[in-house]
Amino acid sequence: MKKLFSMHLNVDAFLPATEEEKAYMVQMRPSTTFFRDGVKRFVKNKVALVSLIIVVLVVLSSILLPLFIPYSYDQMLGVQLGKPVDASYNNLAPFEYGATELERMEAGEKIFPHIFGTDSQGRDYFIRVVYGARISLAVGFFASIIVLIIGMTVGSIAGYCGGKVDLVIMRIVDIIYSLPDMLLIILLASALKQTNLDEIIKGTALEQIGANIISLFIVFGVLYWVSMSRLIRGQILSLREQEYVLAARAAGARGKWVIFKHLMPNCISVIIISTALQIPSAIFTESYLSFLGLGVNAPMPSLGSLASDALNGINSYPSRLVIPAIVISLIVLSLNLLGDGLRDAFDPKLND
Amino acid sequence: MNTKTLWYILKRIGLSLLTVLIVITITFFVMHAVPGGPFLGEKAISEAAKAALEAKYGLDKPLFEQYITYLKDIITGFDFGPSIKQRGRDVIDIIADGMKTSAKLGAVAAVIALISGTVLGSVAALRRNKFIDRVIMVMTTAFVSMPSFIMGTFLLLFFTVQLALFPANGSEAGGLVLPIITLSLSPMANITRLTRSSMLDVLGQDYIRTAKAKGVSGTKIIFGHALKNALIPVVTYFGPMLAYIVTGSLVVEQIFAVPGIGRAFVSSIINRDYTLIMGTTIVLAILIVVMNLISDILYKIIDPRIKLE
Repeated sequence: MKKLFSMHLNVDAFLPATEEEKAYMVQMRPSTTFFRDGVKRFVKNKVALVSLIIVVLVVLSSILLPLFIPYSYDQMLGVQLGKPVDASYNNLAPFEYGATELERMEAGEKIFPHIFGTDSQGRDYFIRVVYGARISLAVGFFASIIVLIIGMTVGSIAGYCGGKVDLVIMRIVDIIYSLPDMLLIILLASALKQTNLDEIIKGTALEQIGANIISLFIVFGVLYWVSMSRLIRGQILSLREQEYVLAARAAGARGKWVIFKHLMPNCISVIIISTALQIPSAIFTESYLSFLGLGVNAPMPSLGSLASDALNGINSYPSRLVIPAIVISLIVLSLNLLGDGLRDAFDPKLND
Repeated sequence: MNTKTLWYILKRIGLSLLTVLIVITITFFVMHAVPGGPFLGEKAISEAAKAALEAKYGLDKPLFEQYITYLKDIITGFDFGPSIKQRGRDVIDIIADGMKTSAKLGAVAAVIALISGTVLGSVAALRRNKFIDRVIMVMTTAFVSMPSFIMGTFLLLFFTVQLALFPANGSEAGGLVLPIITLSLSPMANITRLTRSSMLDVLGQDYIRTAKAKGVSGTKIIFGHALKNALIPVVTYFGPMLAYIVTGSLVVEQIFAVPGIGRAFVSSIINRDYTLIMGTTIVLAILIVVMNLISDILYKIIDPRIKLE
C-alpha cells in the first residue's frame, strides 16, 4: 500500500535483505582464472593430451632410463682390457647376448638384455637411442631458451623504444628473415666445425657440453631469434593500445597493476606457446644437421646421427634405422601437436 | 598495374638484391673464419688449384681486397673460382652439372605437390568433417612434421630394400621416383592445408551462395568460381616450397645417391672443398631469394584486393 508523502518510493525495497535473498545473489560457481580456463580447454583436447603424455614419457625415460641400464652409450661391450676384441658382441639382434654373456648366464648370473641389440661396434643400441633422444631434447629445449632470451630482449627494446630504434631493428630483422636460414645454418655449422672451438672452451664449464653442440646453439642464436622478436614487439605494441588497458587506466588502475594483471598474462601465453613450438623445430634442425654429419661429435649419439649411421647397413639391419626415425617422428609430432593444443587452449586469438 | 604496385615491386627487388649481397658477404667471411682461410687452410690442396687461386684472388692481399675480387667475379661472370678438391674443375661447372639432375627432381616434385595438394585440399574442404577430410588432415599433419630424411629413409627401406621395386641408386632408370615422392610429400601436405582453409573461406562467400541460388551445379561452382580464388594463397607458398625442396634435396640426394647439387654440396662439406661450399651456398640462396621474390610479386599482382603496405 502506497503511503502518503513517501515520494512514491517503494519503501520495501530499502529493507535489509533476508537470508534467502542473500543466498540467491551468491555466485554459485567459483570464478575461474585465465589459467584454469585454459587448462579446462586443454584437457578437453584429446590429441593434445595424448601428445603431452607422450612428451612427458619420452622426457622422463631419457632422463631416468640411463640410471637403470648398466651400459653406457660409448662402451664397446666386446672390448675388454688385455683381451682380443670379442666380435660376438657386434651387430647383435634385439634380446641376443654376446659369447661371454651367455657363459655367465649359464652360471646363473642375470644379464640386462640388449633390448634393441647392439651396433657394429658392439655398443648397446637401446642406451644409444635413449642418449640420442636426451641430446635432441636438450638441444631443442636450450636452443628455444636462447631464441626466447634474444628474441625477447630485442623485441621488447624495439617495442618500448619505438621510433628510430624500432625502425633500425625491424629492418635488420626483415633482412635476417629473408635470408635462407637452412643454408646459412649448414654454412655456419660447417665453418664452426673447423674452428678450434674446442680449445677456446677448454677449462670452462662449457667444455662438458662439447664444441659441436655449442656451435649448434650459436647457429640458433644468430638466426632463429627474428620471428620471436617480431612476435614480442607486435604483442607489446598491440597490447599497449588494447581497450581493456584503457578501461583499467580509466578505472584508476596504476601502472604496476596494468602490467602485472593485464599485460603480462596476455603476453606470456603467446611467448610460452611460440617457445614450445620452437622446440620441435630446433630438434628438427639438430637431427637434420646430425644427419649431414654436422651435428654432435662421435661417439656421442643424437637421433639424427644414429639414423645416418644406420643408413649404411640398411639392408642387413633395418631396425637400427627405423628405431631412431620413429623416435624423432614421435617427438617432433607430439611436440607440434602439444604446441598447437596449448595455442588453442591459452590463446584462442592466435588461432587463425 | 598502378604506380604503387610498381613501387612495391621495385622495393621488393631492391631488398632481394640486398639479401643476395648479404648472403655472399656472410658466406665469404664465415668461410674465412676457418683456421688458415678457405683457400690455404687445406694441406691436401693440389698445386694447380693453389696456383689458380693465387692468380685469381691474390692470397697475400688483404682480406677485403679478396672479398671485392670474389664479389666482382660473381657479378660479372657468375664465376666462383676453381674447386680446391676436384682437380681442374671450376665450381660453377660442378654446380651446373649437379643442377641438371636436381632441377628435374625439384621441378617434378613441386608440380606433383601442387597438383595433388590442390586436389586433396579441395576434396577435404568439400567433404568437411566427413571421414575423408579427417583422413586427409591426419595424413597431412604427419607429413608436415616428419623430417625429409626420415621420410626418405622409410621409403627407401620399404620400396627398395623390402619390395625391391625401385633401384637404390638415383642415377639409374626409375631411381628418381622415390626421391621425387620424398620431396613432394611435405609441400603437398602444406598446400593441402592451405587450399582447404582458403577453399572453406571462399565457399562461405556471398557470390558462391548467389551461384548456388541460381542453380549452378556443384562442379561448376568449384571449377568456375571457387578454385580460382582459393588458389591465391597457395602462390605465397611457392617461395617456402622451393626452400624446402632445396634443403630437403641435400639429404634426399644423399639417401638415394642422386648425382645432384645437394649431394655435391654435402660431399663438399665432408671433403672441406671450401670454394665449392661457398659457391653452392650462394647459388642455392639466390635461387630461394628469387623464388620468394617471384611469389611475392605474383601474389600482389594476381589479387588486386590485397593492400600494399
